[in-house]
Formats: sequence, C-alpha cells, structure tokens
Amino acid sequence: MNPFAYSKPQDVQAALAQVAGEEGAARFIAGGTNLLDLMKENVMRPARLVDINRLALDAIEATPQGGLKLGALARNAHTAYHPLVRERYPLLSSAILAGASPQIRNMASNGGNLLQRTRCYYFYDTGTPCNKREPGSGCSAMGALARQHAILGASEHCIATHPSDMCVALAALDATVHVASPRGERSIPFAEFHRLPEDRPEVDTTLAADELILAITLPPAGGLRAHSVYLKLRERLSYAFALVSVAAALDVGADGVVRAARIALGGVAHKPWRDLRAEALLVGRRCEEDAFLAVADALLQGATPQGAGLGSNAFKIPLARRAIVRALRQAAQGTVTNLGGRDEGGVDAGLRRNDTVGGVTA
Amino acid sequence: MKDNDYADARIVQPVAPAGSGYVRRGDALPRIDGRAKVTGQARYSAEYLESDTAHAVVVSSTIARGRIKALQLEEAKAVPGVLDILWHGHRPRMRKLDLFYKDMTSPAGSPFKPLADADIVYSGQPVALVLAESFEAARYAASLVRVDYEETPHQTNLLSQLLRQRDPAKFKAGFSMPPKPKGDADGAFAAAPVKVEAEYYAGPEHHNPMEMHATTVLRAPDGHLTVYDKSQGSQNVRMVLSHVFGLSKKKLTVRNPFVGGAFGSGLRPQYNAILAVMAALHLQRSVQLVLTRQQMFTFGHRPETWQRVKLAAERDGTLRSIIHEAVGETSRLEDYVEVVVNWSGQLYRCDTLRLEYQVVDLDHYTPCDMRAPGAAHGLHALEVAMDELSYALEMDPLALRLQNYAERDAAKDLPYSSKELRACYTQGAERFGWARRTPQPRSMREGNELIGWGMATGQWDALQMFGRARAVLHADGRLLVESAASDIGTGTYTVMAQIAASTLGLPLENVTFRLGDSTLPLAPIEGGSSHVATIGSAVEGVCEKLQKKLWTLARRMPDSGFARMPFSDVEFVEGTIRRRGDPASAVSLVGVIAASGYAGVEDSYLLLPNKLRQRKYVCAVHSAVFCEVRVDEELGTVRVTRLVSAVAAGRIINSLAARSQVMGGMVWGISQALHEETHCDHGLGRFMNHNYAEYHVPVNADIHEIEAIFVEEDDRVVSRLGAKGVGEIGIVGVAAAVSNAIYHATGRRIRSTPMTPEKVMAPGEGWLAGDSAIGINGERGSYRAQRDL
Repeated sequence: MNPFAYSKPQDVQAALAQVAGEEGAARFIAGGTNLLDLMKENVMRPARLVDINRLALDAIEATPQGGLKLGALARNAHTAYHPLVRERYPLLSSAILAGASPQIRNMASNGGNLLQRTRCYYFYDTGTPCNKREPGSGCSAMGALARQHAILGASEHCIATHPSDMCVALAALDATVHVASPRGERSIPFAEFHRLPEDRPEVDTTLAADELILAITLPPAGGLRAHSVYLKLRERLSYAFALVSVAAALDVGADGVVRAARIALGGVAHKPWRDLRAEALLVGRRCEEDAFLAVADALLQGATPQGAGLGSNAFKIPLARRAIVRALRQAAQGTVTNLGGRDEGGVDAGLRRNDTVGGVTA
Repeated sequence: MKDNDYADARIVQPVAPAGSGYVRRGDALPRIDGRAKVTGQARYSAEYLESDTAHAVVVSSTIARGRIKALQLEEAKAVPGVLDILWHGHRPRMRKLDLFYKDMTSPAGSPFKPLADADIVYSGQPVALVLAESFEAARYAASLVRVDYEETPHQTNLLSQLLRQRDPAKFKAGFSMPPKPKGDADGAFAAAPVKVEAEYYAGPEHHNPMEMHATTVLRAPDGHLTVYDKSQGSQNVRMVLSHVFGLSKKKLTVRNPFVGGAFGSGLRPQYNAILAVMAALHLQRSVQLVLTRQQMFTFGHRPETWQRVKLAAERDGTLRSIIHEAVGETSRLEDYVEVVVNWSGQLYRCDTLRLEYQVVDLDHYTPCDMRAPGAAHGLHALEVAMDELSYALEMDPLALRLQNYAERDAAKDLPYSSKELRACYTQGAERFGWARRTPQPRSMREGNELIGWGMATGQWDALQMFGRARAVLHADGRLLVESAASDIGTGTYTVMAQIAASTLGLPLENVTFRLGDSTLPLAPIEGGSSHVATIGSAVEGVCEKLQKKLWTLARRMPDSGFARMPFSDVEFVEGTIRRRGDPASAVSLVGVIAASGYAGVEDSYLLLPNKLRQRKYVCAVHSAVFCEVRVDEELGTVRVTRLVSAVAAGRIINSLAARSQVMGGMVWGISQALHEETHCDHGLGRFMNHNYAEYHVPVNADIHEIEAIFVEEDDRVVSRLGAKGVGEIGIVGVAAAVSNAIYHATGRRIRSTPMTPEKVMAPGEGWLAGDSAIGINGERGSYRAQRDL
C-alpha cells in the first residue's frame, strides 16, 4: 500500500477544505469496504485519506413531502432495517440485503455504496491493461472474460458494470443525491449521478473530485410500495455480484391497470439501467405476460454480448429478459421482501433463507 | 526424550480438558484443539513473528512465458526500510540439480525453482523478493519494482491443445497408470444394443484454504533455522529445504503445529518456503513471507480435465463395454499425474475395458493434488455416463449399478479387502427415500422450480504409508505420544489421543499427542486419506508395546496376581491393568510404574504396511450419494436441497470428526457441481478470478440438508485398526449426483462443471449456451471435430 496522509475532520466544512485543491489525490473514506481493497491491490493510490466518519451525516429521517432522507454515513445495514425504510421502501431494503455480506453491510456507508468501483477482474489486477484503471492502456475484458460485464451502454473503451444492488433500487425509486463542495451544495438526480463509460471510463460518476455526498433523498413511494421486488441472479446465493438484477415497482390501480411502472437493471451496464420509454409501455395496461415481454424487449433493445468462450456474457441477454418478466410477474402479485425475522436496531447478523431467488411474499 | 533445543513456548499443545475421562474407538469426541483454535491461541505459520523479524514480499510476473530482460529496482530500493531485493542475479547460492528440489510427492520432471534464472514459465511466477523492516514497506516497494520482459507465445487453453496429448511419465507416489485394455472394448461397444457416448469437461480449481501459505523463518544466534511453514508434512519441507540450501538436519527444524486447511496445496513445499529461507540466509536474520490471496492462485491447482466415456450394455443393463479416456493439464516443467480413469475399471463388472489417460503441457504452474485428486473428476464423468445409460435403458439408475455390482476389481481381477458398497446403496436409498422416485424427467414441480432426484457412486483408495510413533508413560500416569504427523484441520490431535487413550485405558486428558515438528519420529505427509491408517496404526502399535512392558512390570510385582498370567489374559481399563473382566484384580498403571522404580515406560513403533498381504486385494473406500435439486430452469438457478452420502470407510475411530470430514467433502462436491472454477484469460495466460469474491465456493445459504451415514467395515488388511480413511471420499460422486438430479429435474444433460446459470437455463432465443459454449458436445471446436480434420 502506498504511503498516504490521513486526517479525521469533525465537520463537513473541514472535510471539504481538506480535500479541496488536492486535484483528485485526496479521497474521502467512510466504511472503507471497497477503497481499502483497492488500495491494497494498488489499483487506487490516494495521497490523502480524509476520514469522514465523525461527520454528522448518519441520520435517516422523513421529509416533509412524505419521502425519506438517508444520511450519506448511515450504514447499509442500518438503512436496510430502518423501520421507515422497511415500511415505505421495501424495494430498497431488499436490494441492500441482496448485496455483499452482513459484515460488509455493517461497515459500508450509503454514500460509499454509490461510489463503489466495478468488479471487472482486469480492473483489480494491475498486471493487466485496463482503461478504467490506467486510461489509454486498453481494455482486457473485451473478447475475453466478460461474464460480469455490460450488455448495454458499453463503449469501445470499457465494458465494465456498476456492481451495486442498492443503487439499482435507488434508480428505480427516483432518488436524488445531495452533495456539497467549497462551491456550495447541489442536487443530482439519480439517473444523472452515474455515467456511461464513453471515452472516459476512468470516470464513474458526475460527482466532482472535491464534492462530498451528504444525503440521498427519496420521493414518496405512493402505490409503488405495494408492488415491488428486487430479483438478483448470481452464481451463489450470497456474497456474489449480480449477473443480472431487476428492481421492479408497480403502481397498480384497484381496476388492475398499471398507473406507473419503474424498472431498473443491475449487472448489465456501467450504471443502473433504466428506460422511461420502456416503463411507459406498461402504463394503462393490465399485468399480463405479453405486456411484460414487451417491456423487457424494449429495455434490452440494442443489447450486445461481450467476451468469448467461457467468458461470454451472451446468456445475460435472455437471462435479463426472463428476469424482467419474472420480477414484473412477482411485483404484480405484491411486494417481495428478503427481510425475514430480525430484531430492529442491532447490527446485521445475516440472513439465510431470505437470500433466495424469490424471497417471501409479504 | 530430550527437550527440543529450539522450543517455542508460543506453541499451544492441545490436550483434552480435565474430566474428559475414558473413551472408546468410535466415540464422537469433539476436537481437543477446538478451543485453542476458536480463541486464537493456536498460532498459524504467519504468527511467530519476533521483534527483529524482517518481512519479505513476492513480486509476481505478469506474463506467462518468456524471459526477464531487466529489473528496475532503484525506486523500490529507495523506500525507507527496504533491506534488499533478491532476484535471479542477486541471491544466495542454491543448488541447481532437479533432484535437490524433489519432495515426497513430486511427479516426474524438473521442479520449479524460484528465482533460479531469467526464464518465465507461468503467469504469477515470483520474479523478485523485496525484503524490508516492515510488511508495509516491503509491500509498497514490491509495487514499485518494474520488470522488462521478452515475451514468447504461450498456450494455456487445454481444449484447443487436445491434439498435443501424450502419455505422461508415470512416476508419482500413489499414482498408477490405467490398466491394460481388457477384451475388445471398441468391438463390444459397436455390437451392443444400448450405448451412450459423451464428452465431459472441468475447468481448473484452486484449493483456497482459509490460511494463506506463509513461512516464518526464525534464526537462532547459532545459525539454526526454525521454519514455521504451512504444510501437510514438516519432514517433507525439511528435506527439500535441506537439499536446496545444503543445510544439515541439525541446522533446520520445520514445524506446522496448526494448519488452517490445505486440501493438497500443502503436500509439496511451495515457493514461499524456499524464498523465506533464501531471504533468512541472505540477511542472516529471521524473515517472514506471507503470500497474498491473489498469490494463492500462483502455484498448484486441480488440473483442467477433458474426458470421454463410452458405455454399452445389453437390454437388461449388463455392461458390455467401458471406454474412458481423459486428458489432463500439466505444466511444461513436470508431468503432474492423477488417477482419473482407473476407477472405471474397478467400480463395475465388465468383460471389456479400455482406459486411457494422457496429459497436455501448458504454460501454467504444475497442477497438484486437490481433495480426491483424479477421482473428483473421473468419477464425475463415469457416474454421469452411467446415469445417461440408465435412461437409455429405461432402468432405475440405482438398479443399473446393482446389476453391474463388482465383487472383484474388474481390471486386476482381485478381491476387495472389504467393500460394503451394496449396504451403502441400500442404506443411502432408504434414508433418502429413493424408492418414491418418479422415473420420468420433469415429473416433479413446485412453484417455479422443477425438482429432480439423482444418485452416484464414489470411490477412493484406502491407502497406508509408513511412519513411526514414540510414546512414554510417565510415573504420574501421563502419556506422551509423538510423531511428525500433521493436523490440517482433520482432527489428528484428537483421533491420535483417542487411539492412545483407548488402547491403554487412560483418561483422554492424560494423553498428549505431539505432531507438526520435523524432529519428531518419521511421518509421511498428511494426504490421500492415509493418516489414520498409518499414524493411527503406529500409535496403537506403540501403545500395545507399552502394554506389554507394563504387563512385564506387573508380573514382577509381589502379590499382584499377574505373575503367571499370560498377556492375552490381561486388559487395560480405567487406568489399570487387570485380568480380563475381573475388576477386583485391577492394579493402577501408576502403581505398576511406582513399584518398578522406573521413571516411566517408553517405546517406539515403526508401522510398515504389509504390502505382501495388501497387494492380494484392492483396498478402497466407497460411497453412495443421493441428491435432490430444485431448478428454476427459466433463470438457471439450482438449489441442492437434500444430499445423503452413505460411506463405507472401515472402522470409524471418531464418529464426530469423521462425519465433519465427510460433510465438508459433500459441501465441496456441491461447490464442484455448481460454483467452483478458476477462469483463465488465455490471451494473457493468467488466472483472473483470484480472490474470494470472484472465485466462488458455496456460502451458508447454498447449503441445505446434508447427511452422512457410515456403513462400518472392519478392514484389517488396510490397517491394524480396521480403519481406512475418510478425507477424500466425501467429495467423490457428489457432483455427478447433482448433475444427474438436474437431468431428472429438467431433462437436460450438463456434462461440464461447474453448472452455472447459463448452462442450466432452458434454451431459447437462439443463444449459444450450455456445454456447447465451451466446445464440448457441440459443433464448435469439439475434440472429435478437431481430430477428424
């Protein structure tokens, strides 16, 4: 690990000041569940770490509009089990609990979850070329081991995917990210927070190097909370990144007609994947198989396989199609959670049966 | 026995807690080392740091084949705390000849010699060793070492290289080449009315024990080196280190008192051991070297393997032909070999046999034994093929196996020393409820999941090696037994103490079994499921010698009543010697020693297998595995919801430890079936999923009901204890049972492992998936297609 400077400011202003002017050489650190690994692997070499764990950014509170504000430093586990999150955004609880392991969820912060880096094998191995790690060195994954890689939105420079589960739910829920910098505060709609690789794969988000995430807000969920599901497909039932995941939420009227639909995909692109036109196809329709298939095909329009042989991800296109239909079918029935029995308050002691594909219908 | 001159008070000696009392063979005793392990008292090889220990970090190659042109070390050397950087042009003298690098389990060829020269023979090869005052400085400096390479084209893709297959050199301990063909297997295949033929494939796997390979070398003021090395045999490591560096036995002690799993990765001394000693000799001080998790993928692994099985039968299920061909990966350095196809000549009765095993050398490190080497893959192919044949015959898969049950080894025409496989089938089937199986595929469904039941057979050799145990019963009634054995998490401490205590009738807490030190009496590496049959027999042997000595002393005691009693009339019960069945005649062992005037009684026993007798038999352990899966075929997910394995492995010494061993193997079988594979980027010639997040083994959520049943045998051919070994058998057959259950659930046959979602998903929408994606059983790049060109 490279030598680095370390500081632990007491408030947001001090934290911003310590990162300002470092031109990207300084990084904020919260749970450290991804950054420390990347530093050990020599993938990231920050000259300064500004530890923000003392900042008062860990509250989870209702907003006057009926939504929720999630502090950037609230831990993933705390967020997933928070009564207001469970009650209003079961989709978010499910997505968080589908990710990582209990130990990691106990440490990982909400802000950090948004900023986790791709799990592309090559990005993690400094013995190989990678445009995201070393711009201009080339992409090793293209035509090679790409099971975890994008089928949508990739560029000729990078085919990496964003690994978060939580972000897929946040995208579906139309979250907003609130950030601060020495220039003041601003809000970033979730759809604009993560970016596609294009010709700058080294840049994951639209967050500036000197900006700090303060909170994530969620608008009122309305009818969506009664019909939501996070379906994650992976190579084992816990502690594996998604091959494909689907966050689906429907607002279904008493007449059985869909009033609103939200569908976000994980594991398929450099950012959580949404397509408003595809979602609009469901509005005004009943929850029927052909409607779901039409949405799936619209979402996957332009999907392109990557990799070769054992590393080919061609299977992800039909898998995503089936997963979208399955998730919508389940959402039409009600809300699926993976919470299971757990005392509120304490740390995440892990779940067993709830890490299954389908979960339990609440 | 004199004290070890280089004793280390930090080594915890496991002893059963007071009050454990008298024990018998077969008792379900908890591990006597368990408490030390879960409280952190048990130290592993990276936990013997001293204040002046230097740290070594390995720099690994990024190319698979070529030469080092130059190393740029200035930047790394400038890091504060860096002591030196070793590389092939700057290192202490080490011997050149291959023979000095050979260990107890080396295959034929030229063993890898770290930092020997500029040649790069695999990706991840150590190219430099940074030595520093702190681990942090060494690691940082290692990241600054720049290596210029001259690359040569490499080849790491077995399936594209099958045409280069050749006969291997056959010399490796425990290996035997396939038997000669019997009858005209190909003619019989052509003539038979019912037949199946298919190719099978398994990718490479890495052992991935929890504890990383690490070596701590502590240098005494007199120059003696104590080496704590993660190993399955301290004496094997000492032999190689002595030879490589020309150090006498007296100057080198190797210890492995606790090992955090190894699974075969510790059978051969790995490069970390040689490099750590090299560094200690160079610096003339203590050195520690710990590999990173990523570097755990830079040495031996289970080889990538291609197989083809052809089976033919009469309409009643009688086998007429067994043809089993396998091609395994090896390196360009050595011919790693394992028994892949021979099982097909043993498990079933058949008039004609053709078994072939060949290797292809690739630009990887030499593969090495990994739990049930050869059998895990070989029986997977055979037992899936048997399942395929059962459907071709419209016959119950279990009935097909019973129809062809072999009372004798078909290839060698020898009887089994014991074989309760038939009882395994019966008891396993009963426990599982096999009789309720509906024969048709796709005949059971619940919700989104299809349910399938499958079964398979497992076999492993019952091996016995040679080794010595030494014992002393002190005047206070405490027994010390010693052997340079290993406990790689298997329960050696517990089981050996149990054998000694039950033989001499002592309370378990009175027995200390020392292991894991190369200065102790001769012991083999802990591998091949042989430690109980070998060391356990030596422990029983030495305790019986102590019995005789105690009996002799008791006979000399005035008025003891033993004076005229033959040895066959006495027994050792509850700390006493007494006439068989006569508590009134008991005299305490402590009393016997006190009366003798000696400080204790002592002896040693060399266990040599009775090869003359053993070679008249085939010695093996067996299992029958039954499995239930639930498959969501739309999404390609598989859950193994029930798994039963009925195992016949001789007498079970400790039913708790044995059950744990078998269950661990069964979990690994699920892993082999569904999760585990090291992905090689053939363009780079490099294994890429080199960490726990991406190299998948099952998590708790993947494991449901697992049950191990023991069908006891008492096999005095294999060992005087009647015991065989249970280390490997748990994994064997499980992957085939899972595969067969998936077929029963879905009606689709998957012949490669692991069976990941893209292979399990029901086809549709015209994408290439399943086994054809990797080039077997498909139009694309199949071996047969290549050979026909």
